Amino acid sequence: MSPMLYGSITLTHYLTVSSLLFVIGVCGIFLNRKNIITILMAIELILLSVNINLVTFSVTLGDLTGQIFSILVLTVAAAEAAIGLAILVVYYRNRGSIDVEDINMMKG
Amino acid sequence: MESFDLASLLFYVFAAVVSLSAVMVISARNSVHSVFFLILAFFNASGLFVLLGAEYIAMTLVIVYVGAVAVLFLFVVMMLNVNYQRLRAGFLKYLPVGLLVATILFIELIALQYASAFSMLSMASISAEIPDPAVTSNTKAIGDLLYTRYVYVFQLAGLVLLVAMIGAIVLTLRQRPGVKRQRIYKQVNRKREESIELVQVESGKGVRS
Repeated sequence: MSPMLYGSITLTHYLTVSSLLFVIGVCGIFLNRKNIITILMAIELILLSVNINLVTFSVTLGDLTGQIFSILVLTVAAAEAAIGLAILVVYYRNRGSIDVEDINMMKG
Repeated sequence: MESFDLASLLFYVFAAVVSLSAVMVISARNSVHSVFFLILAFFNASGLFVLLGAEYIAMTLVIVYVGAVAVLFLFVVMMLNVNYQRLRAGFLKYLPVGLLVATILFIELIALQYASAFSMLSMASISAEIPDPAVTSNTKAIGDLLYTRYVYVFQLAGLVLLVAMIGAIVLTLRQRPGVKRQRIYKQVNRKREESIELVQVESGKGVRS
């Protein structure tokens, strides 16, 4: 039996939404193999689903540590987006395109 | 079946909009539209957090994701002149395998929930109990914990952001040859002796012959 959060909403409801978001994010990485901007956005979706999971369990258990961890995930996500987009801008400046399939030119 | 209360209804609305806009993020033709749907998804996810009683995370999500990350995405998408039609090639080719992996993953995740894997949830292992929301607000409770027990973790998160900031600047900074720029160091270090010369000019002659 899943713990009730409020109304008729249980832990399972939130976990289902979170799983759905995670799966959509993974699917987005698969489908947009060439568009690296969309891949970065899909990673943001995955991190969002992780945050939903953390906060849901935090509230369910009555333990605040999950929300602290969620803040840290948020920080890392912001840093990752900034660095990823910076790399993207440099790559576009050098190549004139953002095709992911051209990136293997760096392989030794 | 109990009656439908407002909070439950709001949950379903937020959850539906989050999921649909997430689908639109990965399937929109134009990346600008993807970013707008990402913003919508983040707003509705923060609605879900408010329903849970985690207001601080909800507001941070709006500020950090919508205010910073999504605007950053929008900026980059609009700055780069990209042919989106060419980037979408292969979308349909990867659709079957993508949907297959997604379906398997989703079934596994749902099965994990119903396998009563969380029945071991017990109050015994709680490290920081959430105080009564009527007495201590969510934000104050997080602050009390973040600045005391997790202060080093907090500083470390700041360090991560600092490294990210410096990294982004170093990556995108470029020195272009042939562009005249102000060199402050040279300006400041100019001495009087090396820039001013007193010349005794004899009458009838110029300064330099």
